[in-house]
Amino acid sequence: MDFLIFKAPILMVQASMDGILLGLLFALIAYGMALQWGVMNIINIAQGELVIMGGYIAYFMYTAGIHPAFGIIVSPIIMYFVGWFLYKSIINRVVERDLFISILATFGISILTQQLMNFVFGADVVVAQSNFGTTLLFDDSVTLPNAKIFSALVSIVFAVALVLYMKKSRLGRAIRATSQNPRAAKILGVDTEKVYAATFGINAALCGVAGSLIAITFTLHPYVGLPYTVRSFMIVIIAGLGNLPAVALSGVGLGVFEEFADYILGTEFRIAAVFLLLVVILVYRRFKLSKKREYLK
Amino acid sequence: MSKNNIIIYGLILVFGIGAPFLFPAYKLQISILWILTILALTWDIQGGQMGYNSFGNILFFGIGMYVCSSVQIGMFFPLSEWTASGGEKTFLHTTSQYFEGFTYGLILAGIIPAIVAALIGYGILGLRGHYFAICTLGIGIAAGEIAGGIELIGAGQGMTVPPWPKGIGGTELRSQFFYYLCFLTVSITFLVIKWIYQTRFGLVLNAIRDNEDKAEAMGIHTMRYKIIGWVVSAFFLGIAGGLMGNMIGYIEPTEIAFAGSTYGVFMVLMAILGGKGTLWGPVIGAAVFHIFKEGFWTFFLGWQYVALGALIIVIVIFFPEGIMGWLREKYPHRFGEVVDEADRTAQVELT
Amino acid sequence: MRNFKLSIALLSGLLLVFSSLAFAKVEGDTITLGAAVSLTGKYSTNGKNTKNGYELAIKRINEMGGVKVGGKSYKFKIVYYDDESNGGRAAQLAERLIKQDGIKYMLGPYSSGITKAIAPVTEENKIPMVEANGASRSLFTKGYKYLFAVLSAANQYLEVAIDLAVERNGGKGVRIAMAFEQDAFSQDVKIGVVEAAKRTGSEIVIDDNLPKELNDMAATLAKVKALKPDVLVVSGHTKGALTAIRQLADMRVNVPMLAMTHCDAGKLSKQHGEKAEYALCAAQWHKSLTYKDNFFGNGMDYDRDYTAEYGSPPPYQSAESSAALLVWKDAFERANSFDTEKVRDALAKTNMQTFYGNIKFSDTGQNIAKPMVLFQVRCDGGKCTNKVVAPTKWASTKIVHPIPSWSQR
Repeated sequence: MDFLIFKAPILMVQASMDGILLGLLFALIAYGMALQWGVMNIINIAQGELVIMGGYIAYFMYTAGIHPAFGIIVSPIIMYFVGWFLYKSIINRVVERDLFISILATFGISILTQQLMNFVFGADVVVAQSNFGTTLLFDDSVTLPNAKIFSALVSIVFAVALVLYMKKSRLGRAIRATSQNPRAAKILGVDTEKVYAATFGINAALCGVAGSLIAITFTLHPYVGLPYTVRSFMIVIIAGLGNLPAVALSGVGLGVFEEFADYILGTEFRIAAVFLLLVVILVYRRFKLSKKREYLK
Repeated sequence: MSKNNIIIYGLILVFGIGAPFLFPAYKLQISILWILTILALTWDIQGGQMGYNSFGNILFFGIGMYVCSSVQIGMFFPLSEWTASGGEKTFLHTTSQYFEGFTYGLILAGIIPAIVAALIGYGILGLRGHYFAICTLGIGIAAGEIAGGIELIGAGQGMTVPPWPKGIGGTELRSQFFYYLCFLTVSITFLVIKWIYQTRFGLVLNAIRDNEDKAEAMGIHTMRYKIIGWVVSAFFLGIAGGLMGNMIGYIEPTEIAFAGSTYGVFMVLMAILGGKGTLWGPVIGAAVFHIFKEGFWTFFLGWQYVALGALIIVIVIFFPEGIMGWLREKYPHRFGEVVDEADRTAQVELT
Repeated sequence: MRNFKLSIALLSGLLLVFSSLAFAKVEGDTITLGAAVSLTGKYSTNGKNTKNGYELAIKRINEMGGVKVGGKSYKFKIVYYDDESNGGRAAQLAERLIKQDGIKYMLGPYSSGITKAIAPVTEENKIPMVEANGASRSLFTKGYKYLFAVLSAANQYLEVAIDLAVERNGGKGVRIAMAFEQDAFSQDVKIGVVEAAKRTGSEIVIDDNLPKELNDMAATLAKVKALKPDVLVVSGHTKGALTAIRQLADMRVNVPMLAMTHCDAGKLSKQHGEKAEYALCAAQWHKSLTYKDNFFGNGMDYDRDYTAEYGSPPPYQSAESSAALLVWKDAFERANSFDTEKVRDALAKTNMQTFYGNIKFSDTGQNIAKPMVLFQVRCDGGKCTNKVVAPTKWASTKIVHPIPSWSQR
């Protein structure tokens, strides 16, 4: 336990700002999770690996001399096809099956991609430099890396774009129809197979964007995907499916919680705090529902 | 018991008792096979029979491991000095201290995880489907992270387990001792689970899997059964953990004790590979998996996880029923099922 | 029931497969050593470095006539397994190497944690192990008789840095901020720092333990910014080093002295360029040291040969691994026998110089003949290199202290 944060209130400002920016970045990964969970009823354990893969695309642009921030344009395009390929080769065989089967299958994908990334990109921890500089607030006492601010803005832009796309475009409406009732959608002439493939592709593309942002704000390594998967899962559980503003909000909440847990409990319990929060939320919801003799499903 | 069964049990017993002499170099390998079998068998109580797919049973394995060694050390020496990061002092157990500590340690390694399971069971077993799966996953990972932050048990440094006492025979005796303990534990686990499945209790578990709401509507206190099932798993998993910790000789929070990414996944995989929801499935799954893993994949050098990933995908997509399920499909008579040939072909024509 | 018979048949069949795969320790003109290294998982970068170091040394020794025992020349060979960066797996593989593959001589894995997992196995089986990447002090306090480490213990890594800071402060105690990963190695580095702090009357103002999955140190660094310590020490393998530099630069945290580990394995100067400038790094070895031997020449030669072979300059993890094989060769020739006990005794009496440094083992198997070096990342027109600043014997440049603030860089 460490109460430094209460003695120096300026740290609270710093922690909150860090948390908000971090949370928006997590939320970007969670949009995709919410989308494909809602539409296809699949929990994708390989979400984090898709993020890291997207990050490596930005990293390779950086080593080729292109500014890594352009990764947010290139990476989603490539990742869309990766997602589409994953759907066509594996996911389509587990869509209609028991949820547990899809969890295990995507877990298999996760291990497989980790190792393949290890072979293709090497096991080195890498970073891409954005050289965006830093914003100083309150007489230098609060510092916000511009790369993080950039990530948060990108996350908001993509959320808005995604909402508009779902509302206005033909494919977006088909996706929403399928998520409400796949059989009815099928009868009404929606090619659900195509919708599923597109949904998974969009999910992977969003992960690609998030990955390029992580390449310029944190570090990349073939084995760091899982924490991103878990966080996006938590965000979605709290926010519920199909409500993007709520996803963004709960992402921010998680980010702030993590930063404060870090200050108060100590850095070593940060990850434990995240996972225990997950357990607490689930158990709380279970008791709340059980009063009405319902259960989480 | 039919004649066939007697032959099979006899063969396994002979193999189990004779293996250390037949294959002396493989004692540890076979001991680990028995441990893996326990993991798969106990996972299957939830995952297979009850329909609650747990990713967090490794929790009990890890607790058992830490409890056992902590008792072994703490009974005779101050635990905090033993695990003090520098490890300046060296304590040695005498032969009688060693066995006394180990006995109590192993007993508590079963009891404490069982109590933990009972305590958290009410909250967590009320979750269903994938919420249960993810929640248990969270508990398993959180446990590893928390253990990695507790100084008393060595934190991220890990802790060493008391070494085999000097003066009563060397490594041969040690590995034989642990081998037979593992074999004894797996035998007891198997028999207890076999007995459970034959009683009303087993039927209730299956009823929960098939339709929990209906089971409840029929007046069964499903929660009570679910918790007891979990407690049984936790008890045997804890003992397996205590044995494993002693066999390896070194405990580390996230890689050895709460090793969700290895044993935590393997137990699920082995049960599914063998055929979940059957008595023998997890046993066969563990044997096939361990042999495959040790026999072939060790030589892949770096590619083994590619193979594991591919294996998981192939198993869940093409063989979700596992080896036993496949056999059952192929030889239904041997499972006591009567197949009406006309009915079966009629169905085929329909599709 | 057929399936049971099937499973038993499978079992026994595969056990036969196992036994036919056994290797012998010395066969024909080959001496087989065993090693479990991390080729996958979180330590795979350094596992690879370790393996490269072993391979380069084997190639060189075999080319230059091999090992002469009893008037006959033998060649080295290594059986590798992948320990998946997992201690439990490593212990299992060590047992496998010894029991199934009949290995009598072991090489160490990468990382202190994994060495700690393997050491009880080799010790119990009385198999000598020369290890090059397990620096944790607790390895040398258990009274192990068959463990020999060519490297200095982990607690010595950053002690030098604290001493340096105190010296710079006119001998008065300094305020220290610490951020250490929760693993055997980093926690041992921490012990060294804590002891140095006690000795010099320094105060520890921040004591953070980083999780193994660390990717964000913002909270720790914000505290550093608020409390303004004199020294910040960080240890968390390559990921820790890279994350620390990135966030220090991003958050404009000014600290007069920054000391860390794993700078060269993380290619800090290449990946972060000028952002990494002035970071002090502890290392077991640096190419500019003036030790030499007959196989690799001096450090510069090793650097050249390694770069030619693997395309990147050697981090110290590779150098120490190569040195481990030189120790084995030397011990075999002095023992003039393949008996493990005789070889062990020869190992214990090792007293030699290699390109990597002098090697002489204490009773507990620790190398006591070699100091740690401290280098500082220095940049010149965008090109950054590691320059030795301590010990003074090899210092190629004077340390820059305090580090200029970000606004002046």
